[in-house]
Amino acid sequence: MLTLPPGKQLTSALEFFLYEAPKVLMLLILVVFAVGVVRSFFTAERTRRILSGKREIVGNGMAALLGTVTPFCSCSAVPLFLGFVTSGIPLGVTFSFLISAPMVNEVALVLLVGLFGWKIAAIYFGTGLAIAIASGWAIGRLGMEKYVEEWVFANADGEGCARSEEQDITWEKRLRLGLDAVRDIVGKVWPYLLAGIAIGAGIHGYVPENFMASIMGSGAWWSVPLAVVLGIPMYSNAAGIIPVVQALLEKGVALGTALAFMMSVIGLSLPEMIILRKVLKTRLIATFAGVVGTGILIVGFLFNLVM
Amino acid sequence: MEIAIVGSGCARCKQTAEVVRKAVEQAGVDATICKVEDIREIMKFRVLTTPAVAIDGEVKISGRVPTVEEITSLLTP
Repeated sequence: MLTLPPGKQLTSALEFFLYEAPKVLMLLILVVFAVGVVRSFFTAERTRRILSGKREIVGNGMAALLGTVTPFCSCSAVPLFLGFVTSGIPLGVTFSFLISAPMVNEVALVLLVGLFGWKIAAIYFGTGLAIAIASGWAIGRLGMEKYVEEWVFANADGEGCARSEEQDITWEKRLRLGLDAVRDIVGKVWPYLLAGIAIGAGIHGYVPENFMASIMGSGAWWSVPLAVVLGIPMYSNAAGIIPVVQALLEKGVALGTALAFMMSVIGLSLPEMIILRKVLKTRLIATFAGVVGTGILIVGFLFNLVM
Repeated sequence: MEIAIVGSGCARCKQTAEVVRKAVEQAGVDATICKVEDIREIMKFRVLTTPAVAIDGEVKISGRVPTVEEITSLLTP
């Protein structure tokens, strides 16, 4: 703001928008299509079959990995949770899945690769998985089974006659599922994506360099917990939040703080907790938020320390 | 014929209900459509992902919004 004349600020913001928006949108369409096809191989039923009978730790790891590829939307969180625990998958393993599924998703990864580069995308992917594994393991160790609503286990009778509709699925159908995913996901997130990139462009053009360094730089230790607490009630998807965070990073926000904020917004959502309240007692939901929040804090502090 | 729309009332469940309604109309079959929104009732269908569509108690679609043609072909064997 100090160095650029007013006309240059607008040019700079516009250039940023016109360069980033088409690039990220194209990447998003390609990857969502590819992931849509890959996901046709990983139905929720198959994931459950793989996970049942797995012990802790190995189970937590596999659950976190499967969480990234199994189709999942937050409105399925409750039936999925119930279907998993009643078929004998340990509570902690189920949580590893529920934590990784929203946090490590293809939309977030595309945006991270497109806007931040593959290194930060890999860091996000790795630490996101680590948090899902460690948090699920911790919840398992805490023996929280008694904080699941009683009726859940009352009529638990295993997998029973559960069947998957898609068993012999043709390639034609898999490709169609990919197109469905593009229509469904890209159709839903594009306004957020454009709004996010527009806000990011505004920050890029108008906010002075290092403006954020004093309040959210690595020197301010309290910025990480603040980022996590601010992130939980913010119900935004990755598409809206990542472009904004990318622009803030340029203006001096520390990487750890930025990562913590993104993870908290994307991975810990208030609406999902409210949905889960139908089957979990408040104490277990609080533990879940606390354990995952702690994991995110550790990641934030760690990266502010080493970067 | 009884068609159940299984899911706790999210946007995708409403879309599914709309698709099924259209399909029944097009196929001209005699069917009642009911919505299963209570979580304990949902679990009786043993689905892991919603929205799901069950015809006469048998789950045909789960975890996605079907197309009208898909439902029509299920209704007219």
